Amino acid sequence: MNGTRSLGWFITLQRAIMLAVIVFSNFQMRAQSKEVYTEFSGNVGFEYRYFMNEGLYSGQKDHFPAFSIQPEYYVEWQGGKYILNFTGFGRVDFTDPERNHLDIRELYWQTVNNKWELSVGLKKIYWGVTEAAHLVDIINQTDNLESFDGEQKLGQFMLHYSYMTNFGTFDLFAMSFFRKRQFPGVDGRLRTPDPITDSQLDFESGMNETRPEGAIRWSHYFGPVDIGFSYFYGNGREPIVGINDDGSLFGVYPVIKQAGIDLQATTGPILWKFESIIRRSDIQDMKALDVGFEYTFGNIGGSGIDLGLLGEYLYDDRGDLALSSLQSDVFIGSRLAFNDVQSTEILFGTILDVNRSTQLISLEGSRRFGESLKANLEMRLFRKVSDEEFIYLFRADDFLKLELDWYF
Amino acid sequence: MKKTIKTIALLLIGGSMTWAQTPEQKGLKIAQDASKYDEGFESSEVNLTMTLKNKHGQESVRFLSNQTLELIEDGDKSLIVFNSPRDVKGTATLTYTHKEVSDDQWLYLPSIKRVKRISSDNKSGPFMGSEFAYEDLSSQEVEKYTYKYIKDDNINGENAYVIERDPVDPKSGYTRQLVWLNKSNYRPEKIEFYDRKDELLKTLSYANYKVYLGKHWRAGEFLMVNHQTGKETTLKFEDYRFKVGLAEADFSQNSLIRAGR
Repeated sequence: MNGTRSLGWFITLQRAIMLAVIVFSNFQMRAQSKEVYTEFSGNVGFEYRYFMNEGLYSGQKDHFPAFSIQPEYYVEWQGGKYILNFTGFGRVDFTDPERNHLDIRELYWQTVNNKWELSVGLKKIYWGVTEAAHLVDIINQTDNLESFDGEQKLGQFMLHYSYMTNFGTFDLFAMSFFRKRQFPGVDGRLRTPDPITDSQLDFESGMNETRPEGAIRWSHYFGPVDIGFSYFYGNGREPIVGINDDGSLFGVYPVIKQAGIDLQATTGPILWKFESIIRRSDIQDMKALDVGFEYTFGNIGGSGIDLGLLGEYLYDDRGDLALSSLQSDVFIGSRLAFNDVQSTEILFGTILDVNRSTQLISLEGSRRFGESLKANLEMRLFRKVSDEEFIYLFRADDFLKLELDWYF
Repeated sequence: MKKTIKTIALLLIGGSMTWAQTPEQKGLKIAQDASKYDEGFESSEVNLTMTLKNKHGQESVRFLSNQTLELIEDGDKSLIVFNSPRDVKGTATLTYTHKEVSDDQWLYLPSIKRVKRISSDNKSGPFMGSEFAYEDLSSQEVEKYTYKYIKDDNINGENAYVIERDPVDPKSGYTRQLVWLNKSNYRPEKIEFYDRKDELLKTLSYANYKVYLGKHWRAGEFLMVNHQTGKETTLKFEDYRFKVGLAEADFSQNSLIRAGR
């Protein structure tokens, strides 16, 4: 496979660059040792996922106890002119070994000047304003093993230059060392009938994961309006996956060009949100849209409780081929924040297909116990999933997840 | 002779102006003088310790840091970073206060590296589960209230003006506030907050004052007591630094992301 042949020297080169970043930072730090500020923190977590229905595919289990660790190390010197930031992540799943993984979420050196900043290394970047889908957010690969909603990301190697002007902020990215999306194994849930393996997914680009990639973003705000335009050229983060007639999988990471716009207008208690992308590749073109609002009833009756109501419409012109299965759907959600000492929060969301029967329901709750223990409870239900959609494959994967994280 | 008449005329005008000053005018004048008195700190940094106490006396402690950029034409800009509880460490807010229109406010969520513009409408809600509302801690621009002078009083052994100020914004959680301002240096000594039903809701007391750069009086401790719930919150301010050379560029969305790491 093309994908695996280049992997050896690719990993070597990536390690060499990361080592150079650390060594360089270390030298610079020692030279300024009097003004160095360091901070070590992080969390360890226990997670238990329980799938309420028996799996559709042979080998699938129901109970998934797991542990995670996320160490963080931060160094700054010369009063914050130079920064080294590290966040690692590790997961051990006792049921599905394919879910065991280590990742460097972030490891970058940064220099900060008055109007600009430059970062080198593995970094996470977030773009966008909507809640149901994150269309314009393209820089990092999704950590598919950690998050169903796509909010957990893998670190991306980059050179990032940000320049502030009176007419907005310009962000320039030069990237390489693409990360493939990871998928659950035979024991796992939320998977295709045949588990997707790394080697099954190939690249359109002859340079595979080492292909140089570029992105540019301009963002600004005018009174109540925040706006961003972005353009990306490189390996698509989302593979194009299909199932052959014999049930076997095929898939490829295309080379894509993607233009995106994100816009939010903040008028009184209402946030108006809009995200849209146009993606071009030789294999597949697409357009997608997420538009909606968030209304907050703040401090209801002087109780301190906030109730937020969210509504969004999602469109994806790939139709049935969309991995997200959001070809024409409505998202309705509510957020209840108690604003108490324990930061108690409850989130409810449902995605309803406009043309089909499919309903996705989610409920998330979180609360702090004492000063450093946080509990999260999450439930996701797949209801009346249409057999025309990709997530039809997950129709038996209703689950409950309890997470306990201890922060240090 | 002409000169004498002129002098008398001037005295009369001056006198009548003093007599004609309504309690509203006098209150506004005091608020403006207080604001003027504190002008010129340019920028400041301070570390905060917030202690929340419920009615059973159980305590919970949080650490924050704050940077402020003084602006004269427009309202101040500020950056607040939460350092604890640890699960929200790195969460930060960037606020551009405005004198006339709603403030602009952005929130940074470090776990997903997201900057989110938030509504500044919800000013009456509790700040981090404390007895302070967002509006109690935001930059106190003169234009945000209308004023009325009430009386002179003696508080903490100091002579003070007592003025009433009514929030202009209908979204405020208060009908009015009574403010005790020290006559000699305009530092606030105490504020009483009256809720929308005009009942006494909270009292804020200032203590451990120190003067910086000769004229900027800052309390080392704020104590907010909620009379309706019996809960209280103490804010301790440490390591005040003024004229620290911060500029507009230090209050950008990039600075917000960096502050949150």
